[in-house]
Amino acid sequence: MLALIPLFPLLGFLVNALFGRRLSKTVSGGVASAVMVASFAVSAFTVWGLAGLPVEERAIDQTVYTWIASGDFVLDLALRLDPLSAVMILVITGIGSLIHIYSTAYMHDEVDSEFARYFSYLNLFAAFMLVLVLGANFLVMFVGWEGVGLCSYLLIGFWFKKPSAIDAGKKAFVVNRIGDYAFILGMLLLFARFGTLDFQQLAAVVAGIPPEVGVFGVLSIASLLLFVGATGKSAQIPLYVWLPDAMEGPTPVSALIHAATMVTAGVYMIGRNAVLFSHAPETLMIVAVVGALTALMAATIGLVQNDMKRVLAYSTVSQLGLMFLAMGVGAFGAGIFHLYTHAFFKALLFLGSGAVIHALHGEQDIRNMGGLKKDLPITYWTFLIGALAIAGVPLLSGFFSKDELLFEAFREGHTVLWLMGAVASLMTAAYMFRLVFLTFHGERRHDAPAPVHQLEDESAAQAHDDSHGAGARPHDAPPAMAFVLIVLALGSVLAGYVGVPHALGGHNQLAAWLAPSFAAPGGVAEGLHVLSEGEAALEFTLMGVSTAIALGGIAIAVLIWLRRPQIAASMAERYPVVHRWLLNKYYVDEAYDATVVQPIRVGSERALWRGFDVRVIDGAVNGVGAIVAGSANILRLLQTGMVRTYAGSMLIGVVFILGYYLWR
Amino acid sequence: MLLTLSWLVPLVGALLLLLVGNADGRRDGMIRWLALGVSLIAFAVTLGVWAAFDPASAEFQFVERHSWIPQFGIDYFVGIDGISLLLVVLTGFLTPIALLSSWGSIERKVKEFSIFILALEAAMVGVFISLDLFLFYVFWDAMLIPMYFLIGIWGYDRRVYAAIKFMLYTMAGSVLMLVAILGMAYLHSAATGSYTFDLLKLYSLDIAPQTQMWFFLAFTLAFAIKVPLFPFHTWLPDAHVQAPTAGSVILAGVLLKMGTYGLLRFSFPLFPEAAAYFAPWLALLAVIGIIYGALVAMVQPDMKKLVAYSSVSHLGFVVLGICAMNTQGMQGAVYQMLAHGVSTGGLFLMVGMLSDRRHTRLIAEFGGLKTVMPQFTAAFLIMTLASIGLPGLNGFVGEFLIMLGAFRWAPAFAVAAGLGVILSAVYMLWMFQRVFYGPVTHEANETLTDLQPREWAGVLPLCAMALVMGVFPTIFLKPMEASVDALVLRMQATQTVQVEIPVDRRPDDERRLTTVTERVARR
Repeated sequence: MLALIPLFPLLGFLVNALFGRRLSKTVSGGVASAVMVASFAVSAFTVWGLAGLPVEERAIDQTVYTWIASGDFVLDLALRLDPLSAVMILVITGIGSLIHIYSTAYMHDEVDSEFARYFSYLNLFAAFMLVLVLGANFLVMFVGWEGVGLCSYLLIGFWFKKPSAIDAGKKAFVVNRIGDYAFILGMLLLFARFGTLDFQQLAAVVAGIPPEVGVFGVLSIASLLLFVGATGKSAQIPLYVWLPDAMEGPTPVSALIHAATMVTAGVYMIGRNAVLFSHAPETLMIVAVVGALTALMAATIGLVQNDMKRVLAYSTVSQLGLMFLAMGVGAFGAGIFHLYTHAFFKALLFLGSGAVIHALHGEQDIRNMGGLKKDLPITYWTFLIGALAIAGVPLLSGFFSKDELLFEAFREGHTVLWLMGAVASLMTAAYMFRLVFLTFHGERRHDAPAPVHQLEDESAAQAHDDSHGAGARPHDAPPAMAFVLIVLALGSVLAGYVGVPHALGGHNQLAAWLAPSFAAPGGVAEGLHVLSEGEAALEFTLMGVSTAIALGGIAIAVLIWLRRPQIAASMAERYPVVHRWLLNKYYVDEAYDATVVQPIRVGSERALWRGFDVRVIDGAVNGVGAIVAGSANILRLLQTGMVRTYAGSMLIGVVFILGYYLWR
Repeated sequence: MLLTLSWLVPLVGALLLLLVGNADGRRDGMIRWLALGVSLIAFAVTLGVWAAFDPASAEFQFVERHSWIPQFGIDYFVGIDGISLLLVVLTGFLTPIALLSSWGSIERKVKEFSIFILALEAAMVGVFISLDLFLFYVFWDAMLIPMYFLIGIWGYDRRVYAAIKFMLYTMAGSVLMLVAILGMAYLHSAATGSYTFDLLKLYSLDIAPQTQMWFFLAFTLAFAIKVPLFPFHTWLPDAHVQAPTAGSVILAGVLLKMGTYGLLRFSFPLFPEAAAYFAPWLALLAVIGIIYGALVAMVQPDMKKLVAYSSVSHLGFVVLGICAMNTQGMQGAVYQMLAHGVSTGGLFLMVGMLSDRRHTRLIAEFGGLKTVMPQFTAAFLIMTLASIGLPGLNGFVGEFLIMLGAFRWAPAFAVAAGLGVILSAVYMLWMFQRVFYGPVTHEANETLTDLQPREWAGVLPLCAMALVMGVFPTIFLKPMEASVDALVLRMQATQTVQVEIPVDRRPDDERRLTTVTERVARR
């Protein structure tokens, strides 16, 4: 039954990959969406079954077959559904279905074969993502982990004639591979030490080991290596650099892969190994600090970017940072809660930006937007809801999850981290509303269709030529897109109500549901932390602070970008260095290029290949050859071909040999 | 008899082709079909051997022995175990594909070409099945001759240089090996009073550690050149670049495995103490090769050279796995040999197709091929990903097992080798991007034809095999299991004689670097 969940999208992939060029758009898009909906239905059904089980038995296992067997290394292709993976598969198949439906409209202007290719990749992605979260051991998870990376590569570079897109795809793959390298080493270490890669067995073994407090032992090293893998996949410092570039892909891809699902894999991985990470507090501390730093750093960059999707990309990096902050302070439930709500509002924001880009013929620069509110009402209102949710305005989903994770950070005594998270949240509210105001409010700064098609992007150009007359007023999202925006907007409002905190009279059902997944198997799930009266009061106070932050951020945005646009300009003028650094993303890409990429490339070419390989080794070989040839040339002189000379030398030889024996 | 057939069929086929009169080249078509038919029969024979093979036994099976030169104890003595079985099947699998690849590109001397390919197959199979060192050596050198001509006659512009370089490099190793083989027979005679070249008898010969060292080095040098192990690898890029497609496919697919097979079959089990002593050094060279090969591959302007250097990197993994001398390392090594044969064979095949169309292999001459050749691009992508080691395709299983084995032996080697994981993605994807993505930049590329049915016949089996090996690796791991375990046991038996097992050691097959260094220190 579990295997069906990834099998459906895999089937869709096969249909579109093998027969796609012969199928009409209706069929290929329809098949791709239908398999996702089917997968969602099966997921919902199995999760329903899971919920019906008593709490301590909530796990469904399925071993498909033995994948690799070598000596004592026996690895099954095994799947496991537990409360944590249940949340994940619902998000993946649910939001995945919506984004497939949205894509049927968004990508409709591609030619048939390209349309089918797009959906085959998207289905394949869903299949691998489901394998990632359903895998019962590290290696099966790794299959999904690498598989989604591949699909991400293919989809970022979907418009393969555009050099920036394919460069971005390759960058994503390679940067992820750096993380995967650490991930592999982590797996090797765990297997070498504990003899298993099964999550449950590993948790059981680790639970019997005292936590490595103050020491950096095997658990700490292994978990740190895994976390490095997570920084690749989930775009954290130092490996976040690929995600902003990944925005070169089609916007629904950014929504599904680079916001809602794939990039959260690292957070999920830590949640999946909560026992391991809890036994490595030193690593957890690193996780929390990296998360907080990333959240802050990305938020500062987000403040000044002008590409609509890049702002959202940095916002994703920042929000993922908050999730890691939560994981790092041990608030696994809060981290997953934020992952779940973020999937709704960030998918919504991306798809909303997609609707804007679609309406503006591919324009992504917010400096060329403005005043779109009237023309794109559905897009505007749904986008606004998404922005309110991510800003953390009370009663929307983002409020509950962000509040919970910040509260947990504070309660665990990480005041500085809490402060960093709070500042990041303030900036988030500010730049999100900057985006809203610059895109939808104010004057139109854009009238003619954007000159995007200077890029050699025939397909996209074609796309917009058939459907829009030049200079026409932008029109709102077509029905399939509008429907998805509205559903996600509803989700962004309501999704948080599964985790209403106790302080507000809720029961935090999500935390209770997830708790068994973070406990060692067989061990008693740690009872949910019951707040003391003081803590309840604290939570209430912090909630007030959070609300103030959200509203404050929005107020700043109102002031700077709506009421007095000149402030932004004058600030950029007054602090040109700061502005330039932020605009150029702290020059991190340039630094990596100068310190890592170029030295390796140039060194390999000049020193290794042309230097060592050709000069030294081949030089030596040819040198030997030359010596042999040279001596052969001398010896050749003896080969006169004259029988008399040969006979003469033979005679001399015989005389000498005979003489030697006789003389003796 | 079945086993003898597996090398006799291609040889007889080659001899039959000799009889076909084809002075004017009018029977080219018939000759091609005949050669293909023979190679398919040979493949069927190898599959028959597999079907009848008992995977539970570690003994040599299908053993045949006929006295050949009794004065010196030389026999026609063949047999296979799980390791050689799979390599024989790989040979049978790749030869028809190599022949198919030549249909579009070899126009000259088709008859001679087909004869050389079949003769080469016979010799390669012979190498894998020989259990008599003398017989092994005969096949080993016999293999060089057809390869020499394949490169020298049907190669590209610098073919003669490449052919001679290939010949000299390999001969240099072979000569030392010949001396060592004769030495082995002498040692046996000194110990028992009779000469023998029988591998199994020589296995049980007790050789003094000091003597082992020299013998080990002589054998290993020959094999290291063949692998090729850094720094003996520079013949490979030249040979590959100049060889015709079929030659490259066989060279990468099978010939390189002779080296690693030799290590597994001869160097290590014949001289276990020397092997234990030298393993860390060999592994060091292997790891350098992994990283070095990858880095140099990255900057190659020529596709064939790039793939050739990537072979240096991948074969480094194989040697590392062998050096780990535990179940995962050795099984991973054999698996990687097969996987590399499929994926790199496939890459050479497809690069050859591009080269046939454009008469160039320079990456800069291509670009945007995805637009004109979508099917070719898809197939090439699969091979690229297989080579990168994406889970679910063949490359991953071997690499992961090797890294696991190496990690359990000496983590530092696994950590260093793992860098190959990153670098392989860099050089392969970079090439893929420059060749297939972007706009079509050269006019000549706009009219390229996509994969033809005959070409699919070669590409499809390779793609399918890459997938099957990635998804169902146990099909191939199972038959070799008993043989590899026996080998591991043999290697460990000599090592654990003097070393006490540390308390925290896991039972089974783990071997740590300390064991070796302790032993070395004790000496």
